[in-house]
Amino acid sequence: MTPLLRVENLTRSFGGRIGCADVSFDLYPGEVLGIVGESGSGKSTLLNCMAGHLAPDSGKVIFDTRADGPTDTLTMSEPERRMLSRTDWAFVHQNPRDGLRMRISAGGNVGERLMAVGARRYGTIRSRALDWLERVEISDDRIDDRPAAFSGGMQQRLQIARNLVTGPRLVFMDEPTGGLDVSVQARLLDLIRGLVRRMGLSAIVVTHDLAVVRLLADRLMVMKDGHVIESGLTDQVLDDPQAPYTQLLVSSVLQV
Amino acid sequence: MTDEAYNFAYLDEQTKRMVRRAILKGVAVPGYQVPFASREMPMPYGWGTGGVQVSAACLTPEDIFKVIDQGADDTTNAVSIRKFFEKTAGVAVTEKTTAATIIQTRHRIPETPLTEGQILVYQVPIPEPLRFLEPRETETRKMHSLEEYGLMHVKLYEDIARHGEIATAYAYPVKVEGRYVMDPSPIPKFDNPRLVSAAIQLFGAGREQRIYAVPPYTQVVSLDFEDYPFDPSKAPHPCALCGAEDSYLDEVITDDAGGRMFVCSDTDYCTQRRAQQDGAAA
Repeated sequence: MTPLLRVENLTRSFGGRIGCADVSFDLYPGEVLGIVGESGSGKSTLLNCMAGHLAPDSGKVIFDTRADGPTDTLTMSEPERRMLSRTDWAFVHQNPRDGLRMRISAGGNVGERLMAVGARRYGTIRSRALDWLERVEISDDRIDDRPAAFSGGMQQRLQIARNLVTGPRLVFMDEPTGGLDVSVQARLLDLIRGLVRRMGLSAIVVTHDLAVVRLLADRLMVMKDGHVIESGLTDQVLDDPQAPYTQLLVSSVLQV
Repeated sequence: MTDEAYNFAYLDEQTKRMVRRAILKGVAVPGYQVPFASREMPMPYGWGTGGVQVSAACLTPEDIFKVIDQGADDTTNAVSIRKFFEKTAGVAVTEKTTAATIIQTRHRIPETPLTEGQILVYQVPIPEPLRFLEPRETETRKMHSLEEYGLMHVKLYEDIARHGEIATAYAYPVKVEGRYVMDPSPIPKFDNPRLVSAAIQLFGAGREQRIYAVPPYTQVVSLDFEDYPFDPSKAPHPCALCGAEDSYLDEVITDDAGGRMFVCSDTDYCTQRRAQQDGAAA
């Protein structure tokens, strides 16, 4: 089977400081990969390099495109890469304000990607938006409200709807449950898990919350100081951590 | 007589060459906003400094110049710009659309169809149609270069969602020759169909330092949705002075008791029609 995404020796430094170094992995269709590590360990740098928000210093990010098969996204032309990030890719930001247009209604937010790829029937866009709001449990009478009037959890769900409306194959998530209280977190995780399974999405989830990866991720990578220090099946890594840092990380989780 | 203290049409020759280069580039790439080194003009920004510089670069001593502001020849802005070029260029001026070779306009296209050889110069306050949707210039330039215009339709979507129809009534975005999305300056959307014209149309934004152009017979399409097509609407009245049913109307409040009348906003068009009617009656 061809991996959906293959990352080879991805390196990015900021002056003398390492952002992430020599990261390599394969991601297969339908698989969810978790990346954990403490603040400053390079998880977000890695995610941004893969999603094309940051230019890495060296390495390859090979995506299995629908048209041409596996292609290095870093050597793609910018229009191609932006097209990819509007159609086959999705990026869920930690802060919904970074991923939503706050002055545009919920329906407009969901419809934007459809219009960006050429939808020109208002009725169709409207019904697709309603359909997606329902899937992320936002009631349909909120379709014309601006996200600013939504709670944090609703904003995050709206951001997910907006990203998934074009049926992407790969979703990047940067701390999708950050800043939400635990009951809202639980519902959101449930929702994401359901969507990922039903749509057969592949996802890369960056988080510092081990509970989140245990629920969502099939495989896990642990990062420290820009390097991947351990990787494997989620249960295996969390239940039988090998690297000293991973052992520390796992034992630091607060027990209720 | 030209005031000898000024170069012809106020700007120095080097500046006019620079503006002409921008105009030529604009004509070559219809709808593309060409940056140019806009000069300080002896009038405030927002009073047509971009249009004045484009007019100055186009004027020759043989030209006949007309200026309209919201369709009218006799408003402050129109009168002062007309006087400005009378003084600094010594060109002949007119109020007749058909007699003019260069027409500088603010917020209207004349009702009388323009002909080949005429130049229509627009004053533009904000040339970037995406500005209120995306505040970053670096990003809007990239969107133009990559033809990413989905956001423009998001604006129209918001209009329909909120008002039940596309409520944008002026500065209605258009796509030029199937490529660039362009702000036609704040003309009413009633004028949009007439952007397809035999005349050369030049747009100058002084403060924003941009020039763009629509060459004669260029395809200009107003953006819309398939189920909410573009509608160049106007007030449902005839002109109270000349009776025209096909012209764009100004609503004039006549007293404190709610009295109002609708008259042609294009004063020359209205005057010509009334002169004809008087001639026919006599």
